[in-house]
Parts: sequence; C-alpha cells; structure tokens
Amino acid sequence: MARSRREEHLPHGLLHAFLLATVAVTLYPVLWVVTIALSGRQSLALADLPADPGTFDRLRAILPWPSRWSWDNFRAVLSDQPFATWLLNSALVAIATTVVGVALSCTAAYAFSRFKFPGRRAGMMSFLVSQMFPGTLTLIPLYIIIVQWLGLGSTRLGLIIVYATTSIPFSVWMLKGYFDTIPRELEEAAIMEGAGPGVIFWRIVLPLAKPAIAITALFSFMTAWNEFIQAATFMDKEEMYTAPVGLRFFVGGFQQQWGYFAAGSIIVSIPVVALFFYLQKYLVSGLTAGSVKG
Amino acid sequence: MAAVVLRELTKRFGKTSVIEGLDLEVRDKEFMVLVGPSGCGKSTALRMVAGLEEITGGTISIGDRVVNEVPPKDRDVAMVFQSYALYPHMTVRENLEFGLKIRKTPPAEIDRLVTEAAQILGIQELLLRKPKELSGGQRQRVALGRAIVRKPSVFLFDEPLSNLDAKLRVQMRAEIKKLQARLQVTSIYVTHDQVEAMTMGHRIAVLHAGTLQQVGTPLEVYERPANLFVAAFIGTPPMNFVEARVAGAGETLQAGSFALPVPARLRAALRGRDGARVVVGIRPENAVPAGRAPRGPCHRIDTTVEIAEPLGDEVVVHARAGEDALVFKQDPHRPAAIGSTLAVDLELDALHFFDAETQRRLGEDPPSGASP
Repeated sequence: MARSRREEHLPHGLLHAFLLATVAVTLYPVLWVVTIALSGRQSLALADLPADPGTFDRLRAILPWPSRWSWDNFRAVLSDQPFATWLLNSALVAIATTVVGVALSCTAAYAFSRFKFPGRRAGMMSFLVSQMFPGTLTLIPLYIIIVQWLGLGSTRLGLIIVYATTSIPFSVWMLKGYFDTIPRELEEAAIMEGAGPGVIFWRIVLPLAKPAIAITALFSFMTAWNEFIQAATFMDKEEMYTAPVGLRFFVGGFQQQWGYFAAGSIIVSIPVVALFFYLQKYLVSGLTAGSVKG
Repeated sequence: MAAVVLRELTKRFGKTSVIEGLDLEVRDKEFMVLVGPSGCGKSTALRMVAGLEEITGGTISIGDRVVNEVPPKDRDVAMVFQSYALYPHMTVRENLEFGLKIRKTPPAEIDRLVTEAAQILGIQELLLRKPKELSGGQRQRVALGRAIVRKPSVFLFDEPLSNLDAKLRVQMRAEIKKLQARLQVTSIYVTHDQVEAMTMGHRIAVLHAGTLQQVGTPLEVYERPANLFVAAFIGTPPMNFVEARVAGAGETLQAGSFALPVPARLRAALRGRDGARVVVGIRPENAVPAGRAPRGPCHRIDTTVEIAEPLGDEVVVHARAGEDALVFKQDPHRPAAIGSTLAVDLELDALHFFDAETQRRLGEDPPSGASP
C-alpha cells in the first residue's frame, strides 16, 4: 500500500537521488574525521593545496580520501599518549554509572508505578523539574559536595555518583511509563500463585520491561561516556581524565594534533556504535513501548 | 474442597459503596455464578474472595476458616482472569509451572502435575509455545491449566470467556462446565452474560448496584424472579412488563388497553387494594399468538405487529397492545405481516406480578436465600 502510493508521487530514480544526497551530507563530516585519522598527519585539511591549484587539486581537497593511508595516529594515541588509561577511566565510569543508575531507576520506577505513597506525585514532579535545568547550573554545588565535602575530586567514584544522580530522573520517568503499560493482572496472577513482591519484580516485571531497560541503560552509558564539562571540572589529575577530557588536550594549548584528535574520537565512538547495534532490536520495540496492546 | 461463605460483606472506596452487606453461601463443590450488569460489584466481590481487594466490612470464610487477613497465596484458591494474564515471556509449560515452583514443589511432582493438567485440557502439544503463538481458545485453556495444576480448593473465574468470539464462547462454556464437574472443585464464576449464568451455574446469584437480588437455581430464578430487576435481567428476549391497576375488589387488573382476570394465587394479596399499582410480567413464551396452542387458562388480547425478527427456528415479534409493547415468539413459517392485527393468548398461570412501588414479587414467597 505505502509503496504504491509513494510511486504515484515520486519516480524511483529521483527519490534515490534525494536519499543519496541526504546520506552524503550526513556522512561527509564523519568521513572527513576518518580521513584525518587515517592520514597519519596532524593537519585538519584533507589534502595540501599547491601554490597554484587547478580544478583537480581543488576537487581533491574536498574529497574525503587520504593521500597516504596510515595507522600511525591510532598507534600513537594508544601507545605514546595516555589515551588508553583515559579510555579505561571512561569505561569504568560509564559502566558503573549504567549499573548503578539502572538498578536504582528500576526499583524507583516500579515503586512510582505500582505503590501509592505520600510524596509520589511530588517525587515524580521534582524529577521532572530537575530535568529542566542545564547541567552547568549544578556544577558549582556539585563541585562543593563532591570535591570539598566528600573529598572525591579526581576519583572515578565521584564521577559515578554525579553521573548516576543526573541520569536517574530521566530513567525513572522512562521506566515508570513502561511499567505502567504492563498489565496489573499479570502481577495479580502471580500473587494468586504465591509470588511475593521480589519474585514478581524479578521474574515478571523486569523480563517484560527489557526494551525500556535497554534504552535506559544505553542512555545512561552514553551520557556518562560522552560527558565533558563535569568530568573536566572534577578530574584534575591527568591520569584520571576520561576520554572526552583527554581528547580536548590534543587540540588545546600549543599544539593542534588533529590527527590524534580524530583517531581518538573514532576510538571513543566505537563502543557506543557497538552498543547501538547490539541493542537495536530492543530500541525499536522500546521506543514504541505501549503503543500497541500486546 | 471447601465451601465459601460471605457474611455481611461490604466494600467501599472512600465514600463510594461498591458492595453493601452481601450474604452468600457457596456450597462445597458447587458452581456458583455471580451475574449482573457492569458495575454491580460482582468482580469486586470475587477479588475480595481472592484476596486481591481489601475487605471493608464483613467476613469471608473458605472451608472452616475466616480468610479476611489471610494473604492470597495461603487461601488455596486459583483465579482465571478475563485477560488470561499469561506471562508473555514464558512458555506454556513455564506458565503452568510458575506457581508450583514458587511453592517449592519437587521437580518430579511438577512434571507429573503439569502433564496431568495438560492432558485434561488437551494442550500437551502447546507446552513449548509462547502465549503470543496461541489462539484465543488455546490461551483460555492454558489459563485454565494454570488454575487447575495446583489443585486448589476453590476456582475463581472473572469473566473468562468475554474475550472469545461467540462460537468459541459456547464451546468453552461447555468445557469449563465439564471440567468443574470432573474436578469437583467449588467454583465462583463472574459474568455479565445471563446466558452464561443460566447455562453454567448450579446456582446463580444476581447482583445489582452492590446488593444481592436473588440466589437460586437457574430455573428458580427464571420462573420466580424475586423482583423486577431480576425479571428483566434474566431471559432473552426479556420479559414484557405491563403496568396495571387493581380493580373489581382485587379480581381484575386493569392495564392500559385490556383487563386481566387476577389468578387465584394472587387474589388474597390484592383483596381490598383497589387502585394499587402492579407490574405484570409476561415472558415472551407465555404470550402465545393465535395458531399455537396455549397452556392453561388464557386471556386473549389483540396486538398490532411492529417488527418481526426471523431467527430460523422462530420469529421474534415486537407488537403493541394499545400503549403497551409486547414481545413474543411465532412460528417461522407463518410470520405475521407488519402492521397486521394478531390475537395473542396470555397464559394466566405463568404471569408474574410485581408491586410497582417496592418492585418486589407478589404472590408466593420468593425462593429462599433472596435478600429484601
């Protein structure tokens, strides 16, 4: 049905041309970064223009294809630079944030979804309100709490606490919305069969909420993995940098190591891409959660 | 096996009363149907027996113990839900095993019980499937299986057939009835469908607006409805009602366009109450059109045919006698023409009389167990 209707309006060739153009526009910046990373040089330009460039030279200069292929940038980033340590920091912080955030969000969201208690509405509203303020607003109070009071400056634990607390409000809203769509009768059936709240939560609710949990986990992981400002504020020691903070130092100060920066960015994006691929089956069903009655 | 007794059972949500002083005794091994229109409190009553709903007042006993404070898992009851409530992420076998595993039944015993339940319901072939791979009827069977596998002493059914299509519903109706007869387990079955109630229950309890209207065997409730609500609710097509006034020293009932002689069993009750208002109930099968043979003493009236609905084996005729509407059944091969006049014999011995004020049945006492 959809296909035939589309054909009536637009010829196939035109449609494909449009789609190809869109893809090219979307991919071009990414290809540029890949080219720089694989060029083995530190220049931001794709190719060096001669003093008197011809048409071919100009075209060459915008084509994302390195004039010389080399893994040097990747090799240097991972061995000469402390980038591997930063990656490890990022990974530990992101994974711990995800585990802590999802665990707390699941239990909190289930309580908000199923139990009636004083402060239920106020709690959900305060979560919502907390999402309205930009993260930079809380930077100073968080710095005082984490660094001055708790003495957790330049520690992974400090960052994990900050990230987990900032991701929990969104996660709770997301998960509560999903839990609300799980029929109560399923839980009542389990109650009739003798299941307690723990069994119901672990064996009925959580398995059914997998899509929502996958999204929440992905969100928590990505936020923690990509976050820059807070990490840059709390992590003073170089060996405690996370990858995004470390990346910045390739192109700051006295040198512009765009090659390292590009190689580092590609390495940083690999885990997220992999995670997306792994979770995509849940993402599709999770994003449409509750739209169709099972 | 156990009897279930509800005493003065009351349920209120805040100030809203859902059930008020419900007294009901479900005997051991009995199939009791709670029937009533939506919102009458029947499902709430069932959920209170299950333990899923808190009790505001009164007591519920299962067997010889009061279970008001007993958690659902310790009441030894199993419930079949309207939506089946099968766990979507588990196979049929896992669905059946779930309760047994929670109760720490030994694996060999679980295996034996699941196999037995699957055999009874004919779902052995489906054990490895997930609920989404089953048809509506199969899901219904699995839901039943989950209830019987634990061998509880009471079954609770909450409108279990309302999600099935008409044909399957008739089939499953019979299967549930057979299953109950075979397992001999006390059962409480909630439905809004009076046909289900009539066909399935040993006894039926009619609820309306949170109060019990009448309890009795299907035939008792049909033949001697305790009040106007029960009379109108039970039976298809529903009973006809004609308003009348007592006249002639309690010997005649004067309806809008015709007069009816008062049958002997009512004369005493109506003597000296000239002018009192009475509602006369006439079941469609007790209004016999000319050409069919009526039973017992009759009173003939003339009606004008308005609609005829052929059903194959008979025709349901909607007619009018003066101001009063009258529905009756006719031979399919001799249908009355619309607008024509048709003489109808009212079988006097089968008429029902209700007090227009109190809406209660007049004449002989209603069957035992009915509340005022």
